Amino acid sequence: MSVTIAMSLNLRGLSCPMPIVKTAKAMKELGPGQLVEVFATDPGSVPDFKAWSQSTGNPLMETNQEDGVYRFILKKKEL
Amino acid sequence: VASEVVVLGGGVGGTICANLVAKQSQGRAHVTVVDATGTHVYQPGFLYVAVGQEKPASLQHSEASLLRSEVSLVVDRASRVDPGAQTVLLESGRTLRYDQLLLATGSRTMMEEVPGADDVHDFYTMAGAMRLFEALKTFEGGTIVLGVAGIPYKCPPAPVEFVFLLDDYLKARGIREKAQIKLLSPLNRAFTIEATSKLVQPILAERGIELTGFFNVESVDPVAKTVTSLEGETVGYDLLVLVPPHRGQKVIEDSGLGDERGWVPVDKNTLKHTMFQHIWAIGDTTNIPISKSGSVAHYEASVAAAEITAAARGEAPPAHVYDGKVMCFLETGHGQATTIRFDYDHPPVSPSPSRLWHWAKLLFNKTYWHTVPQGRLP
Repeated sequence: MSVTIAMSLNLRGLSCPMPIVKTAKAMKELGPGQLVEVFATDPGSVPDFKAWSQSTGNPLMETNQEDGVYRFILKKKEL
Repeated sequence: VASEVVVLGGGVGGTICANLVAKQSQGRAHVTVVDATGTHVYQPGFLYVAVGQEKPASLQHSEASLLRSEVSLVVDRASRVDPGAQTVLLESGRTLRYDQLLLATGSRTMMEEVPGADDVHDFYTMAGAMRLFEALKTFEGGTIVLGVAGIPYKCPPAPVEFVFLLDDYLKARGIREKAQIKLLSPLNRAFTIEATSKLVQPILAERGIELTGFFNVESVDPVAKTVTSLEGETVGYDLLVLVPPHRGQKVIEDSGLGDERGWVPVDKNTLKHTMFQHIWAIGDTTNIPISKSGSVAHYEASVAAAEITAAARGEAPPAHVYDGKVMCFLETGHGQATTIRFDYDHPPVSPSPSRLWHWAKLLFNKTYWHTVPQGRLP
């Protein structure tokens, strides 16, 4: 199954809480069900994205890491 | 012939660096500080002005009195830097040529970027802190909300410190039980640093200060008296205090020296501009993802001074680089405080709050004028 990423954010090098704030801002532009892909290098972003997803109801679809870069896929919550 | 060193900004970083270059270059550099007001302002004191613990006059000194006699001060506003021609154009029309340039212009607050926030309070400018104190003096009860409307902002612990000092202030006036204090935090904890949050959160609970997590302020409705977050939540208020969005100074943006928010890209160790030769930046001015605080500007100033002095003397750059050192005090109310210390390689540590750190902070605030700008503290 292929997924379409509606928006990709390069937040490499930013420290917490910048990745959360930038993602929250960017997701305002998305429609319900659309996906955003986030690249970050701050290790603290792993627990932060998980908690933010649970708190706001925007599902965290995927978390993985390659060469010190974390990739998160979040889905804008349905209305 | 002496090198011309120009320093834009007479804040903590610019002043220390100018004094150190003048001293260390031993006549091989002539240093000029350009400052828009000619008044040096101790910004960490704004927090205390807001709760009536400090007078505005004691936070301001003439910049000229803090500079070594061989440093020239130009009270004017820099309007354009031309990195190719190595010149700075001033608002008066005068042009300064430089061999080495230090950008220490700091940040500016942009409350106008928050829809509906025209009359919102803040303690990030002297005027804002004074106006907030006036509002608190006539406050008789209701909900006081503190929110964060943009990141990065100066002095990361300040929002937490403010709610603690506010709790003390309201108790002293005998109206604490008529007031609710709410802290809206960008993350799911009181403070970005986890270790410090763990220390601070039980104290917030003990003082009856309500913490709401993942609340990144997006807009204010001044009629309904509500504040709404990017996450879609809404909170009502009687008195709203916001940390305003910050960005770099206009001269940085107009000269194409910064990123989209006007922060100057520098090497995180040497503080040299990543794109232009002969330019360094320190303090709030840079894009380095660490605290925007006086302590960072202070530590960076000695590194930039060594770099600039070496360049002015035609010597190799110094081995000593900036290691990301940050040191912040954090007031926890009831006459106690803690500290937060870390660098690029060491995670933050905070001791348990005590009276000792509160006194250390007050002592630092008082002795600042005689030690820090002159570069007498390492």
